[in-house]
Amino acid sequence: MSVTATIRIQEGDFDVAQEIAALTKGRTDIGAVVTFSGICRGSENGEPIAALTLEHYPGMAEAEIARHTDEALSRWPLQGLTVIHRFGRIAPGENIVLVITASPHRQAAFEAAEFLMDYLKTNAPFWKREESEKGTSWVEARDHDDAATARWTKP
Amino acid sequence: MKVKYFAWVRERVGMAEETVEPPADVRTVNDLIGWLSSRGEAYAYAFEKPKVIRAAIDQAHVKPDAVISGAREIAFFPPMTGG
Repeated sequence: MSVTATIRIQEGDFDVAQEIAALTKGRTDIGAVVTFSGICRGSENGEPIAALTLEHYPGMAEAEIARHTDEALSRWPLQGLTVIHRFGRIAPGENIVLVITASPHRQAAFEAAEFLMDYLKTNAPFWKREESEKGTSWVEARDHDDAATARWTKP
Repeated sequence: MKVKYFAWVRERVGMAEETVEPPADVRTVNDLIGWLSSRGEAYAYAFEKPKVIRAAIDQAHVKPDAVISGAREIAFFPPMTGG
């Protein structure tokens, strides 16, 4: 049975429980569901943050995520896959991103979720801007995120 | 071709997108960065560290030596910080 990933780029919030239910409802073949939620922190390097604003590249964001969900579906025996990424202004404590993977056994679900998050961080065209008392500044990319992505590259 | 800018590249250039017609000797993404940089201070500032700038042709990531002929849309942006 071919599996189609659900990909949504949206300004509004999402409900994690509802998204899991949408993948698993009425099915008895799924044995493992892994969810990753990325949430806006209220501080960065000890400095309080008022909010994050996420800019994205409409069209490419969907296309880039689809390329990686296709790869995940070809590398792991997944039965369901959901990726939701928000844009716009996001306050501390609010959701930013959601990845859900479903498979018969846990290892594939864990690995695929981690693979997708590593690629989302470094390849999906989104940019975070932080608002704090000092003003606003673009968040800088981190080398350790690049290293996390590189480990999935086949030799 | 249409050129799009995102995040601080967009802020430095001072616009989100424009249509440009570079001369024929501008063959690659790197050539285009050089040509755009010569168009004024705002561009020179945006592209002052070309190695930091990422590019996409028709909504797919490309390397600086990618050939731009036939491209409908080229985008320039800083390293991504989503997720």
